[in-house]
Amino acid sequence: MRAMRQITALATAVGLLAAACGGTTTTTTPTATTAATTAPTTAPTVTKTLNIGFTNSQTGAQQVASTKQTEGIKLWVDQVTKAGGIKLKDGTVLMPKITFYDDGSAVDRVQQLYTKLINDDKVDFLLSPYSSGLVKAAAVLSEQNGKVMVTAGGADDATMESGFTNIYQVYTPASKYLTGAIDLMLKLDPTIKKIAIVNEKDSFSTSVVAAAKPYAESKGLQVVLSQGYDTGTADFAPFINQIVAAAPDALIGGGHLVDGTTFAKQMFEKGVKFRFVSLLVAPPEPTFADIGDAAQFIVGPSQWETQVKYTEASAKTLNLPYYGITVDAFTTAYKAMFNAPPSYHSAGGYAAGLVLQKALEDAGSSDPAKVKAALDKLDLITFFGHLKFSTETKTHGKQIAHDMVYVQWLKGTDGKLATQIVWPLEAKSADAQLRR
Amino acid sequence: MSLDALIPSAIDGLMLGFVYGLAALGLTLIFGVMRVINLSHGPVIALGMFVVYVLFTNFGINPYLGLVAALLFGLVFGVVEYLIAVDRVINEPELTTLLATFSVNLMIVGIATSVFTTTPRAVDVSLGSVSAGNVTILGTHAVSVLVAILVAVALYGFLFRTRIGKSIRAVANNRSAAELMGIDSRRMLALSFGIGTALAMVSGGLLSTLFSFSPLSGAGYEVKSFVIVVLGGLGNPTGALLGGVVLGLLEGVSTVFIPVSWVPVLEYVIFILILLLRPQGLLGQRS
Repeated sequence: MRAMRQITALATAVGLLAAACGGTTTTTTPTATTAATTAPTTAPTVTKTLNIGFTNSQTGAQQVASTKQTEGIKLWVDQVTKAGGIKLKDGTVLMPKITFYDDGSAVDRVQQLYTKLINDDKVDFLLSPYSSGLVKAAAVLSEQNGKVMVTAGGADDATMESGFTNIYQVYTPASKYLTGAIDLMLKLDPTIKKIAIVNEKDSFSTSVVAAAKPYAESKGLQVVLSQGYDTGTADFAPFINQIVAAAPDALIGGGHLVDGTTFAKQMFEKGVKFRFVSLLVAPPEPTFADIGDAAQFIVGPSQWETQVKYTEASAKTLNLPYYGITVDAFTTAYKAMFNAPPSYHSAGGYAAGLVLQKALEDAGSSDPAKVKAALDKLDLITFFGHLKFSTETKTHGKQIAHDMVYVQWLKGTDGKLATQIVWPLEAKSADAQLRR
Repeated sequence: MSLDALIPSAIDGLMLGFVYGLAALGLTLIFGVMRVINLSHGPVIALGMFVVYVLFTNFGINPYLGLVAALLFGLVFGVVEYLIAVDRVINEPELTTLLATFSVNLMIVGIATSVFTTTPRAVDVSLGSVSAGNVTILGTHAVSVLVAILVAVALYGFLFRTRIGKSIRAVANNRSAAELMGIDSRRMLALSFGIGTALAMVSGGLLSTLFSFSPLSGAGYEVKSFVIVVLGGLGNPTGALLGGVVLGLLEGVSTVFIPVSWVPVLEYVIFILILLLRPQGLLGQRS
């Protein structure tokens, strides 16, 4: 009896260990017969686990946006699982399983953990961490190990111009972040002639202004000041004095959350008269409203907002297929699951999963070479917008179809500040306004 | 280079320098009394920001009244931190106390990040402004200068005019001799750590009325505090206040002449030069 108990305990322990070790597991279940009168067919449904790995920033500077991105990925996994998995043409069903670790918003941790995901966890596909610097670190490892990675949360152009062959970018590249803001500004007030461009000196923001500056000049604008500031700069007052002395009509630039918020606050406090201000990253965040009236009229680019209007009808007008969930259904499901509205980071996370799902379905296989070929051909509209990847050698995988939307903080009839989409015109929820 | 920006930038920098000085006062006081390099200084500054923020957003308490709460909370927090993390290693080499306070640093950052996340926060307070030409003096900055001066004066009054203050100075000068005179050095050390922490929290509270912040914002101010303390003289409160003003002024004026991104380089060049040429700082005495 005692020996029996020991054998049972040993078997249970081995079973638990095997379950804990994870890895690709395959189970075969017979499919139900389709008609009672016909003899049961024995075509089996092969269910496989699709291991997807990534890191997220549960701690450190990127925690907020990264958490939102992970929530988007979790929602995608939840919905695919509830729908019975990703069904391939040969009858195989892939059940997604995510493995992720905290990278602490640090590049060295990303390098260690992506190595672990590839070598120890043996994941089938990779998604990216959040923020351009971390994505770049993950992309190098992914490429070195021949793993397909769909990136959400990385807009830096430089990474996608490195000649990588396995990396696919969902976000609009950084070089397009402020070009739309310049178009909006000139549409609003064609008399604006002088602009100041300021930016955080990190890879992403530098990419943004490197493209925005020649674009502004090509539109006949005079760039009266163009300067960078260090990451972590807290006081912009002397900088603003210098910008005011250069007397621009408008200002574009910024960097990330904290610096962008402080910059807007201090410009307002100093009563600067710029007619148009567009800053990166910070304006789409709900807590941007903490600075009160200083937030009013500030424009910011966003990858996605809940008010966007990507539908099957809009896909038809472009003669493209629409794939996946609708904007409203995504927003509703996200709110139900996480009790908070989704941000563009959340939508980016979901979209990365969705793109991988579509490529797997098109490839009819989880073979990386076939999935890569499917990703190369992908050209569709989703709730996140138009997605298509470059197939040029130098820019392979770079996003070439997705467009930014621009939000502006405006006061509603109730006097409360809220973001409205003001650009592009076909997607606007309110008319843009100049600063007063 | 635009000289139009020189005067307003100098004034902005000067005013901010007083708040920097207040932050550095806490660091230098702790070092001066017990030779502990307090690496929890930055996160404590950030905690001060969140004390004011939580009281303001959740209870509608005026941010300047919130400073009093930050002061009291800082005092208690500092005493508790000393008793738990520093007291048992106070006689160990400086590296041990440095690591003890660094572990507190990591704990505060970890807990604050999970509670508040790294989303930027701001205290929406406005006290108007006064403009003359291209110079604009913000009410919030002017009040910050006043508070910083008031707190510094109160600290001096406490250290030089009260029995407890004199006991703290006695412990700082010669702990063994102070104990022979019947002074409870452990109590004085705990109190000094509490006061240093309270000063850091008040400066954090003031900074929250000026800039946006997150639980990670303290790191930048901690580094500035170290530069200021070295500039003014390690362990010298007057030097810390003066060092803060000098650093603020430097940050303000230098942006007129050099690109903003070069300002930190300039700051650290000065930091190295002071260490090489006058290691006792501007007001320190050669040992």
